[in-house]
Amino acid sequence: MANMIPISTITVGSGGISSVSFNNIPQTYTDLKILGSARTVRSGASSDYLEIILNGSSASGYEYITVQGNGSAASSSGGGSPLSGTTIGFDRFPSSTATANTFGNFEIYIPNYTASRYKFMSSDQVAENNSSETTLLLQASVWANTAPINSIRFSIGGGTLIDVYSTFTLYGIRKY
Amino acid sequence: MPLPSTMTPIATNTLTAAAASVVFSGIPNTYTDIVAVCSLIATSATAQNAPQLRVNGDTGSNYSVTVLNGNGTNAASGRYNNQTLIYADYYGILSTSGTAQATIHYMNYANTTTYKSILIRSGKGDRETTASVGLWRSTAAINSISFITDSPQTFAAGTIFTLYGIKAA
Repeated sequence: MANMIPISTITVGSGGISSVSFNNIPQTYTDLKILGSARTVRSGASSDYLEIILNGSSASGYEYITVQGNGSAASSSGGGSPLSGTTIGFDRFPSSTATANTFGNFEIYIPNYTASRYKFMSSDQVAENNSSETTLLLQASVWANTAPINSIRFSIGGGTLIDVYSTFTLYGIRKY
Repeated sequence: MPLPSTMTPIATNTLTAAAASVVFSGIPNTYTDIVAVCSLIATSATAQNAPQLRVNGDTGSNYSVTVLNGNGTNAASGRYNNQTLIYADYYGILSTSGTAQATIHYMNYANTTTYKSILIRSGKGDRETTASVGLWRSTAAINSISFITDSPQTFAAGTIFTLYGIKAA
């Protein structure tokens, strides 16, 4: 019996899309994992970011901190407005002027997503393109809300579209 | 065709009362790797309060770790040799507010010929994020895993630990 269950996969079709959502997430697992590969359309930009909201809530209560390396320096950012963000920024996806056919790849892990406590998200993201704009990024995110997570939405950040062939797969990690 | 059993829950412990440590023993040696997923709350907070890891109850100076961390302002890296344990996070993630998280991979844990590597991702969204790689210098198979807090702090009720076994294809 499989214990890491694919719940849903979204592949962006021709023309792109402004957001992708996992709705009605089953409440029957312990943890959630999302594996994805994304690129955006943002005029004149080589990189872009997505924004994540949970349960459709764009009220304040999100915060995230990153540490990243770009091949020449390491840096850290985020955490400047404790629990007052309205989305989780999810950064460094190749965009319009980045090397063609390159995508940013990521893994998000959300433990105990049904528990009555603030929700935590750990994520690793990479974007490599045999050029100058490359990044390895680690991120911790929190949503200061005790509601079980029943939906996750990725929407475009600075650009206009999530590009064709971007994929997002949601997995449930089975309960003990 | 049924999917292979890739990530099997082995044990879980949701604390109903504060505890200074949590031990999973009798870990079966039938998997390739072990993953521990921890949702952590503390009964009190100090600057460096973070969960500590030991395996097989070994209190010798047989652990080392390399850490990469960011706190929103600075990125930092450090190394710690000949430790008697591994901090799952060297910058303090345990607090009474919110929940910190750590995911710990014990690689090839059951083999009896190599030292054991331990990969850790930990953090708290309103404080910091950390990636670490640890080493336990023993060729013994890992059969128990301990999570410990800095005395006198303790893990608070509601803290959750879950162990998963990862099987090779």
